[in-house]
Amino acid sequence: MGMTMTQKILAAHAGLDKVSAGQLIEANLDLVLGNDVTAPVAIHEMEKFKIKKVFDKDKIALVPDHFTPNKDIKSAEHCKCVREFAMEYDITNYFEIGEMGIEHALLPEKGLVVAGDVVIGADSHTCTYGALGAFSTGVGSTDMAAGMVTGKAWFKVPSAIKFVLTGKPRKWVSGKDVILHIIGMIGVDGALYKSMEFVGDGIKNLTMDDRFAMANMAIEAGAKNGIFPVDEAAISYMKEHSTKEYTVYEADEDAEYDQIIEIDLGTLKPTVAFPHLPENTRTIDKVGDIRIDQVVIGSCTNGRIDDLRIAAKVLEGRKVAKGVRVIVFPATQKIYLQAMEEGLLATFIKAGAVVSTPTCGPCLGGHMGILAAGERAVATTNRNFVGRMGHVESEVYLASPAVAAASAITGKLSGPEELGL
Amino acid sequence: MKAFGTVHKYGDNVDTDVIIPARYLNSSDPKELAEKCMIDIDKDFVNRVKPGDIMVANKNFGCGSSREHAPIAIKASGISCVIAETFARIFYRNAINIGLPIIECVEAAKEIEAGDQVEIDFDSGIIYDRTKGTQYQGQAFPEFMQKIIKAEGLINYINSQSNNS
Repeated sequence: MGMTMTQKILAAHAGLDKVSAGQLIEANLDLVLGNDVTAPVAIHEMEKFKIKKVFDKDKIALVPDHFTPNKDIKSAEHCKCVREFAMEYDITNYFEIGEMGIEHALLPEKGLVVAGDVVIGADSHTCTYGALGAFSTGVGSTDMAAGMVTGKAWFKVPSAIKFVLTGKPRKWVSGKDVILHIIGMIGVDGALYKSMEFVGDGIKNLTMDDRFAMANMAIEAGAKNGIFPVDEAAISYMKEHSTKEYTVYEADEDAEYDQIIEIDLGTLKPTVAFPHLPENTRTIDKVGDIRIDQVVIGSCTNGRIDDLRIAAKVLEGRKVAKGVRVIVFPATQKIYLQAMEEGLLATFIKAGAVVSTPTCGPCLGGHMGILAAGERAVATTNRNFVGRMGHVESEVYLASPAVAAASAITGKLSGPEELGL
Repeated sequence: MKAFGTVHKYGDNVDTDVIIPARYLNSSDPKELAEKCMIDIDKDFVNRVKPGDIMVANKNFGCGSSREHAPIAIKASGISCVIAETFARIFYRNAINIGLPIIECVEAAKEIEAGDQVEIDFDSGIIYDRTKGTQYQGQAFPEFMQKIIKAEGLINYINSQSNNS
């Protein structure tokens, strides 16, 4: 029996010719990531190690992005802890305010992750880099600490679900809609402990930003990782952003899968996840009349340039509905600048939206857009758990940038078609 | 090693945002985190919980964020073990890595109710509900994970490995 794409990457990093699902292995790491919430706990844990060093100062990335710019004194202390650690250990890839971005948009953009890498990050959305054909997965702070010291992590080799994507998405259907559709189908634990391997002709019709959004939300189906084959689009992205050498792994033809699911992208409609789980999906024609108070466009899922372009296309020449607050946060400084140069920021501001510096803040109810009791938000983020964006009696509806932008104009959950687009 | 205590029971998909909401993640102090544990789904948990108590939930416990603050908050609140049908994978790793005992057992998770007095033998994986008089066999950990648990966490385990080499 052959190996899946994920299994091949893991085998190569464990120095083994072959691995199979369920096997416990120790793999060498190409990158270890942490942020201002998880790294301080890891740094504290590192003090317990007898060895006082990091395995490779070039293979650690520290990105203070969650409660930055520092939202309060405690957060400032956490960021200070990360900054001092980065200085003490001379960490190459520490990104201060001004050069930072939301970690999972920033790392691929900085060329720190390429195909064939094994990456762990103390943040659940580390699975995003599967879009580039890397194995990447979220871990906790102790795993991060161990990874920073030893350059290794233990893994149980996952089995996989294969998603065969065919066809071309219709207008206004994005990677976000595809992944919400999938989570709606298999549930929030539908891929628990497993890989989600995306294959098929339809992938060529998905932009890299679509793929990042899809791999990003693999965790919302419980998956260990989500991964895409390395095609021309992925190679051209890596060539544009990175000088690192990449390695292309392909699943064996006789690889074993727990399940094979075929999806014709041409049949999908814009999809929204209702409170309080990403699996509570409905297509846009079945959402009913949901009045909203806030719209959030951004995050590690949907804060990239394609996402902002789509939102701007919908908002162009229109005005945000009275009483609705719209917050747009480009995911990195580079994307922010690009959006400015393309005139997208002007479009947002003229429409009545605010544009924020890159931060994870609103997505996790940290700062910059907290909801009051009874309020509803449409967000291009990734989670809509109870209290995720603020008060326990607030609600989050997960959607694509197109749906979020259209909803901002109508003041209720809407697709762009409702605006005649 | 044994645990004994009163059960606090929850349903499916208990996520890390309700175990410890992000608005409290500006602290990483276990005591402070414990004071807010479960606040968004069970406000009274922190007042009811006694050292040694046991948490029981259904499927996909700990889904969502990778925040280690979640198992840290549960452990610091006094909970001696979490039993669930299944755990989300990052929570599973984190619990083992920080030395919070967890057991997967579908029947126990389904049948044990809030307030039951439950005893757990970690060596055998046997869960005994004293209130109901029922017994369950929890899933044993692979040997590699048992070593981490016995060392009381990943870092002690790695330290002990470097002693041997």
